[in-house]
Amino acid sequence: MAAKKTRSDAALHKELLRSMLLQRRFEEKVAEGYALGKIGGFCHLYIGQEATGTGVISMLRDDDYVITTYRDHGQALARGVTPRSVMAELFGRLDGCSRGKGGSMHLFDRHVNFLGGHGIVGGHIPIATGVGFAIKYRGGDQVIVCFMGEAAVNNGAFHESLNMAGLWKLPVIFVIENNKYGMGTAIERASSIKDLYRRGDTYSMPNGEVDGQDVFAVREAIAKAIERARADYVPTLLEVKTYRYTGHSMSDAVSGTYRTKEELEEYRKRDPINLLEAKMKEAGEITGDQIAALEKEIGAVVQDAWDFAEQSPEAPIEALYEDVLVETST
Amino acid sequence: MPVITYRDALNQALREEMHRDDRVFLMGEEVGVYNGAYKVSKGLLEEFGEMRVVDTPITELGFAGVGVGAAMVGLRPIVEFMTWNFALLAMDQIVNSAAKMLYTSGGQFNLPMVFRGPNGAALQLSAQHSQAWESWLAHIPGLKVVSPGTPYDAKGLLKSAIRDDNPVIVLEGEMLYNTKGEVPDQEFVVPLGVAELKREGDHCSIITSGKMVLVAMQAADQLAKEGIKIDVVDLRTIRPMDVKAITTSVRKTNRAVVLEEGWETCGIGAQMVDYIQRDCFDYLDSPVVRVHQADVPMPYAKGLERAAKPDLAKTIAAVKRVMYIEA
Repeated sequence: MAAKKTRSDAALHKELLRSMLLQRRFEEKVAEGYALGKIGGFCHLYIGQEATGTGVISMLRDDDYVITTYRDHGQALARGVTPRSVMAELFGRLDGCSRGKGGSMHLFDRHVNFLGGHGIVGGHIPIATGVGFAIKYRGGDQVIVCFMGEAAVNNGAFHESLNMAGLWKLPVIFVIENNKYGMGTAIERASSIKDLYRRGDTYSMPNGEVDGQDVFAVREAIAKAIERARADYVPTLLEVKTYRYTGHSMSDAVSGTYRTKEELEEYRKRDPINLLEAKMKEAGEITGDQIAALEKEIGAVVQDAWDFAEQSPEAPIEALYEDVLVETST
Repeated sequence: MPVITYRDALNQALREEMHRDDRVFLMGEEVGVYNGAYKVSKGLLEEFGEMRVVDTPITELGFAGVGVGAAMVGLRPIVEFMTWNFALLAMDQIVNSAAKMLYTSGGQFNLPMVFRGPNGAALQLSAQHSQAWESWLAHIPGLKVVSPGTPYDAKGLLKSAIRDDNPVIVLEGEMLYNTKGEVPDQEFVVPLGVAELKREGDHCSIITSGKMVLVAMQAADQLAKEGIKIDVVDLRTIRPMDVKAITTSVRKTNRAVVLEEGWETCGIGAQMVDYIQRDCFDYLDSPVVRVHQADVPMPYAKGLERAAKPDLAKTIAAVKRVMYIEA
């Protein structure tokens, strides 16, 4: 029902497109910044997976929560962390969303309930479960979405968390972004079962799979999960089938030893942004000129973020010892 | 003043703090229906219900992370480990999540939470169940670590730990749960980061914490009969360490024994010796001597276990060594 209604809403579709395009162009700029040495450390791009971040997050309320992995730029932007503060964080500057202390893998913004990028595979899944516990403890009707890569499903933290969420009935939506590779290891070489979502059965949790390149399909699937979680504290395991175009991180070749260029090209044919644009054009919701205008607008936003980050001050050395502990107020 | 056990002192602290603040909840293995593996949480399920006294599956990594998540959004979890030996499975959550969340988020997410449970060796539990983890935990910036040695300190420190807005590690002593001491009826807390001079003397300092406080007090009693007066410094909090209390005592006595339950290499004692040499170099009349567990996994056999543990005889021998008294 919800999906049918939204498909007729051209303005909404444009917002989805804007969100996905922003992630794409922003990260293309990030790659440039990395090559120029303005961004350091590990840097994992989300390019190719934008329909997942946008599809899921666009269905959430402001008071819901999002937690994710180190591949977090796209989801942070989709959630409303400002492009300026994300870019400044990547530059390691004081105006970064984590004041330059976290970097690419640790974007946080409490104003939009963005509970972080986390750097240890699976480590944030128990945390998401705890947020779900807190929601239920207070009798709230929010949900938390926990994004993870498909490689995390073989990790103890995943299983321990799903067991507790299933046992205690917590409003957690576990979203596996299956981009096929855990670094360079194909999921077939790492998981004893092919359909990862079926792991939800083990924990008496509703589960399913969805095409992660189709933003509408993602929205429809997540809507059901959200409804269950809000109404009855029922968790869900949703597997989103997607693909990353870039290497695991910036230090990894695009195709490398573990996949072929042909495979990559094949997946590019179902690019989530192209698919959305095509649907919108077909429905008469947008023209080529309007897309060009949107691109221009987004290009300016990304450039503004870059300029802002460049001008943002470096953290003073005194900041080194700040934020280790807080003063206790009580 | 009422005399109660260390176990009951902890129980009172939990009960009082749960009454004081409804964001405080207890979770862990066997904390509810079973009343706690060591009965520290006795009666709490009945009093507060299953949302606030949560029996978990045996899933240390998982429930430690549940605590972290709940604390991130404003609850004040107390995570009980049946023993700290089992907490190794949760170390990723303690070190990578709890200790670092505030820093990596640039000050946005502090975690008001407690990880607690018994630490160190009991009797004949052998290698996997007889380990003292204070140096591991105190190594980590972003954590506070307390190690109470008496019922009074157990209650006062646990209450402070629960009220603290940072992650606090509480290392209890399995062998201490039945020990008794005076604990006042009226409300009190023991501040974190403040040591206590448990005994005054001017011949030698023994600096210690947790379960070893009892050993230090016994050593002081026995040495007093020989006319040797000991300053017993109970750190109470291991991180942040009350360095001033250590150096004040050593500057007075000019001799020090540092006593800890854990292993020698990179132990807490090594850190104390460093503070002493930095601040008291010209005050020392002899090298500082460390007393600690033998640098081996804990054996099962009674005789070997006794030989491995730091104890009264080893502590007295160490004091005599720093005083150049022939044994």
